[in-house]
Formats: sequence, structure tokens, C-alpha cells
Amino acid sequence: MKRNSVAVVGAAETTEMGRIPNVSVMGLHADAALNALKDAGLKPTDIDGVATAGASPVELAHYLGITPTYADGTSVGGCSFMLHVRHAAAAINEGLCNTVLITHGESGRSRVGAGGRFGGGGGSSLSGQFEAPYGPVGPPSMFTIPVLRYMKTNGVTEEDLAMVAVVQREWAALNPRASFKEPITVDDVLDSRMIAWPFRMLMCCLVTDGGGALILTSAERAKDFPQKPVYILGTGESVETPMVSQMEDFNSSKAFRVSGKKAFDEAGIKHSDVDHLMIYDAFAHLPLYGLEDLGFCKPGEAAGFINERNTAIGGKLPLNTNGGGLSYMHSGMYGMYAMQESVRQLRGIAPAQVPNAKISIAHGVGGMFAASGTIVFSNEKG
Amino acid sequence: MDRVLPQPTPETQHFWDGCKAGELRLQRCTDCKDAYFPPRPFCPKCGSRSVEEFKATGRGFLYSYVINHRPRPDLGTEPHSIAVVQLDEGPRMMTNIVGCPQTPEALKLDMPVEVTFQSFSDDISLPFFQPVGA
Ligand SMILES: [Zn+2]
Repeated sequence: MKRNSVAVVGAAETTEMGRIPNVSVMGLHADAALNALKDAGLKPTDIDGVATAGASPVELAHYLGITPTYADGTSVGGCSFMLHVRHAAAAINEGLCNTVLITHGESGRSRVGAGGRFGGGGGSSLSGQFEAPYGPVGPPSMFTIPVLRYMKTNGVTEEDLAMVAVVQREWAALNPRASFKEPITVDDVLDSRMIAWPFRMLMCCLVTDGGGALILTSAERAKDFPQKPVYILGTGESVETPMVSQMEDFNSSKAFRVSGKKAFDEAGIKHSDVDHLMIYDAFAHLPLYGLEDLGFCKPGEAAGFINERNTAIGGKLPLNTNGGGLSYMHSGMYGMYAMQESVRQLRGIAPAQVPNAKISIAHGVGGMFAASGTIVFSNEKG
Repeated sequence: MDRVLPQPTPETQHFWDGCKAGELRLQRCTDCKDAYFPPRPFCPKCGSRSVEEFKATGRGFLYSYVINHRPRPDLGTEPHSIAVVQLDEGPRMMTNIVGCPQTPEALKLDMPVEVTFQSFSDDISLPFFQPVGA
């Protein structure tokens, strides 16, 4: 921590104290936040970093109408907010964001709207009230809801969606650790079991077991380690909404756009500098949104880009070279595996190695378009 | 199996009271005038606490959807739509499209829809949408 580099400019508690039976947990967060914003002379849109514990920072940001480039959900008990302050100071010093809002709210006595952590847990959360009653059964029937709008806007067909899975299976065929390696055709995908129209089973990620871990240290120290270092060139993050129905635009993910732009800006690279790309593919439409929202394709052009084999073996932008969540593996929070493949590619040890890969991007999604993180890796210190 | 139902909070009670009374109630900011959803006691656009409730037209169009082929037990056994409608006032909300076959042929994107309420308990009626004129 750099001494005296960061200061508190707004501070307030909830309007009422003691027994507040007329305000829910998220309402307490918002009430304290609005009071602190008034204290600082700021509006919610002036905030570009959020941190909270107990509730999800995604829920907090969306409830208040904040589009952050920094979101901290560190939850380690009652001292979480001290950790938030520390992380926020580092984030501000590092240029990840400028102004961080840290909130707490708890209906400890009245238990109004308690639960509902991460938006989906309780019947009193906003998604519990305004989405759950309509029958969504997890990601297959929720994450998929925006796609018909995207398809109509861009003239994208079910065959185009199927092609995403077909090309990724070609990559998986080169990967001995991939769960599925048998070649598939567009017809195979369209003939597979209907899950949530227009999504068939082969357009949905696998459900497997597994894990991953990364170890980071300073670039200074990295050269003393046995493995070839993979440097962090740029990073981005954002959150949009815990409710897929409340996405600003069903044709594009705001969290993807904000996170991707920040990562490119930090890294100071052009799209043509990128040798290898990982886009978290929980479902077949994610690579389409990712390619467009990260700026590799213009809006509506990603399906054509994939059909023309630009992301396939030998293409100019190798994508999801481990086979992806659709064919490699997906244990639930796949972002870790996307980064593992980026590291393998930049160490030069991937089963489907991209020749001379120097810059790799791993782009992840959290929840159903709720959150996003983007990491630009390089094997050159630059 | 009983339908999964919302648990209103003080900030959303007016919406569910409205559904029970057969009205779709939205909120708008008296400063920037924008209508918004889901309910909260301040404007998500400008942060103003000066907001009011109003009765929406209940009309809109089908914005996007899926047809879930693996229904949750409380929604029966037949494939059904899980949809998002865009209201004439601007906000979007999740719903089920009722009053028509649950097929891609019947569920046309951009078709006009109107709200219809169904009671599930003494306190809760859910807003569904049906093709206009169904
Ligand atoms: Zn306003």
C-alpha cells in the first residue's frame, strides 16, 4: 500500500437505526449508499468501483445504476469492509477505477429480504420475485433467453449457433484431456436433445468435475522461477445485472464491453496483436457475443467470422483451443480453465499449440451475463 | 407441486398489491421522468429518491424467450415459454407467454402482448402476458 495515496471522501450510515422493518437488506445497502453519495456530493453514475459483502456486488451495482470497472465481493466475515478498503486503495493506485463505493446492509433483527445472496438465492431477492416464478431452471433456461433477439437482429440462424460447437469440437479432438473428442456436424448438434429452444444439448456446456490454480508474483521475481513466466499485460472487469431479463441490450453484454475495453486499454494492444483467444463458452452464443463485444468483430458479424473458419485450426484467431466448455470440460466456474489454456499456449505446451503465440486473452463471464473479467497475457515482458 | 412464488419486500409490496388488484404498477422518477423496473425507492438512472408509482398500460411486445423443454416440477410437464416482454413504458420484465401454443410458430418476436393476471395465493397474483386479442 502506498502511504497517503487514497482518502475517504464520503461516509454515512442508514437513515434509520435499530429496528427497520420497512427496509430490506438491499434497501439498507442502497439507503446507506445514497446517504454517503450525498455526503460526498456525488451521483451513483460517478462511482466506478463497488465492494460489498453479504450481498453480491453485481446486485448492488445494478440496484444503484452503477457500471463499475472494479467489483469486490470479498466476503470473510465482519472485517470484510476493511479488506474492501485495502483492495480499493490498491485498485485506485493501479488505475482500475477512480471512485469506490463500499456498502454494508443487514436486516439482522427484522430479517426483511434476508437471503437472496448472488441474486438467485431467495424468494425476496429481485430475481427471486421477478424471474424465479416463471420457471427458469438454472443457466440452460436463463442464460439462453437473450439469444432469439440477437438472432433476429443479426440474421443469425440455428445452424450458425450449431457451428460454434462444431468448430470447438475440432479443437477438442487435438486435446487428449478433452471430455468429448468425436467429430460432430451441424446436423448432429441440431438433432441433439432439445433443452430450451433454440438450444440443443450440444450447444450447452458439459458438467464435469475438476479444478485449477494459479500462482502470481511480481514480474521482477518471476524470472527466478523454473517455468517460463506469463506476464499480465492488461486486465478488465465489470458487472451489469444479477437478472438476465434486465440486461440493457440483449444483442450485447455491457459487462463484456466495459471489461474488454479496459483490458485492451491497459495492455495498449490492437486486436491484430492477439494471437490466441479464450472466451468462456457456457453456451454456444457466448463466443458470438464475446467476439463482438471485445471488438474482434463488428456487431452481428461473429457468426460469419466463425463460419469462415477464422477461429478454427489454422485460422487467424484461434479460439477456445482446449475445446472450451462445450467440449473440454466445465465444472461450474470455467474461467479458471480458460486462463489455464492461455498460460499453456504462452508457455508453448498446449496440446493444440498455436505457433509462436505471444499474446493471449482470456475473457470470462459470471452468472448469466451478470459479470465479466478479461485478462491479457503475454510471454514477453515488453 | 405449489408454484414458486415471490416474497414481497416493503420496497416491492406496491407492485404485488397492484397485481392482486389487476393492475401492473411501475415507478418513475419525478426528476428525470423515466419509468423503471424492478421496483426500488429511488431512480436507478439518477439516484433521486423522488419517485412515484403509476398504473402501466399493461401492453408491450415479445422481446425474447426460450421454450424450456425440461420444466421445473411446479410448472408442469409440457414445454413452456420463459419470456421477456418490453412494456410500452420502456422497462422489460420476465414472464410466461400464455393463451397461445408454446411453439416457435406461435411465439413471434415483436408480437404485441398484453398483461393478464393469475392468482396463486391470497397475496400473490402473477402477471403473465398473452398475444393481444387472444
Ligand atoms: Zn431519475
